[in-house]
Amino acid sequence: MFHASLFSEYLKNYMKTRLTYRSDFWIEVISDLAYNFMNLFFILVIYMHTDLIDGWTREEVIFIYGYFMVPYGIFGAFFNLWNFGERYIVKGEMDRVLTRPAHSLLQVALENVDPSSLFGALAGLGVMAYAWSGMDAQLAWYDPLVFALLVLGSVAIYFGIFTAITSISFFSDSPTGIIPLMFNIQGYGRYPVGIYNRIIRIVLTWVLPFAFVGFYPAAYFLDRETYLAMSLLTPVVGAAFAAIGIALWNLGIKRYRGAGS
Amino acid sequence: MIGAYLDFVRLRFLTMLAYRVNYYSGIVIYAINIGAYYFIWNAVYGGSETLGGMTAAQMSSYVAVSWMARAFYFNNLDREIANEIRDGSVAIQMIRPYQYLAVKMMQGFGEGCFRLLMFSVPGMIVAALLFPVDFPDDPARWLWFAVMLLLSFFINSEINLLTGLFAFFVENNEGMIRMKRVAVDLFSGLVIPLSFFPGWAETALKLLPFQAITYLPGSVFTGTLQGGAIAQAAAVQLFWMVALLAPLALVWRSARRRLFVQGG
Repeated sequence: MFHASLFSEYLKNYMKTRLTYRSDFWIEVISDLAYNFMNLFFILVIYMHTDLIDGWTREEVIFIYGYFMVPYGIFGAFFNLWNFGERYIVKGEMDRVLTRPAHSLLQVALENVDPSSLFGALAGLGVMAYAWSGMDAQLAWYDPLVFALLVLGSVAIYFGIFTAITSISFFSDSPTGIIPLMFNIQGYGRYPVGIYNRIIRIVLTWVLPFAFVGFYPAAYFLDRETYLAMSLLTPVVGAAFAAIGIALWNLGIKRYRGAGS
Repeated sequence: MIGAYLDFVRLRFLTMLAYRVNYYSGIVIYAINIGAYYFIWNAVYGGSETLGGMTAAQMSSYVAVSWMARAFYFNNLDREIANEIRDGSVAIQMIRPYQYLAVKMMQGFGEGCFRLLMFSVPGMIVAALLFPVDFPDDPARWLWFAVMLLLSFFINSEINLLTGLFAFFVENNEGMIRMKRVAVDLFSGLVIPLSFFPGWAETALKLLPFQAITYLPGSVFTGTLQGGAIAQAAAVQLFWMVALLAPLALVWRSARRRLFVQGG
């Protein structure tokens, strides 16, 4: 309850600052959507030259992309710590965070909420609906619940991996360049893993499990017989990686010594 | 006078050199991007020999060379100019005895030289080790490609200068800068070669300057363009390089009149 009220307070704060710079808000939303539009356009164009990619139809690949946008948008709204090392460690703002009653990771996340990327998630739902209407598939009554569970799992994977990487700032204050690297790797998860070679498939499934933020969970709705086990692993992998991320963060907090005055 | 401008190239090159570590991860990132498009195009080709006038082998070379060319011509001149306009330091630069835009272009070129040596060339070697890339065996083709690469740098930088100068007219052109980046990536043929676009879009894009940034040099490198078509493509680039000077001069002239620096 305490955390929920904190969240609503920070959200109100965010709204106030954003209303001062209204145009910035829409610029962020639109340039976000433009990038997704480019990727969707890419999918449309490549299907003008082929009927199937690795056995998947155009609607199916668009559906996968739409799914991919949902956890990504949700994650982006609640985790916006791209300059964490610079702002909190180098400038010493972490000292202030540690005196707050909420858990340090939650406190830092709340200070940086960015609901504008939720528009991406909404657009993703729209893309999924569009692709679904072009497919001849049935939904069971429990499928929306499964969908929520899968999205939760995918968000947890993002959260775990990026929390783990952010925690590196506690151990080394030089920029590592790993975050932009991860950003580009996660894009691999939005296509059927069958198009990649064996090594990349294994990496995307077990090492940096970005196949679970797009392809595997989406495949639950597309080809249930083949991918049931893999898609239902999503929440499990999510829980595992979130646990790793939080453990690394807590380890980092213990090591934190502050940066001068 | 020329010497002064060349010094700007040298200075930016040396500044970049001091931060070269940041660019090692850039090579990996570009290799990851090349990989993403390589695998998807591979799946698109499946069994087919040629699509959009390109073979599968040409496509993988095209993807690799286009991204590594981007590593060379890409720069943040638009954001640099916008920042200098916003913080007012552009006023100091305007009273100095040089052409502001020419200086920016030279600084961009210094950055480009650095990127070519530390990013594009080693990146291309990495890409060739990871993915099937066919290099041209005709030295004349290499020469044409080098010239066209240089032209694509100038065209892209001119577009960047134009985007940056819009900060004179609007309070915040950050959105414009981002949109421009997406537009250049999409319309230049980096993400999709022009011959793959639907007919109407291809026709429209051939009337725009963007194709001169990636598609034309890439097509020369992969050999989709042969003989006289190569010179023709270079002529199109030359045309755009010159043609873009006109809007630049126009925007610059009216921008100077608008400039109003607060404080400082």
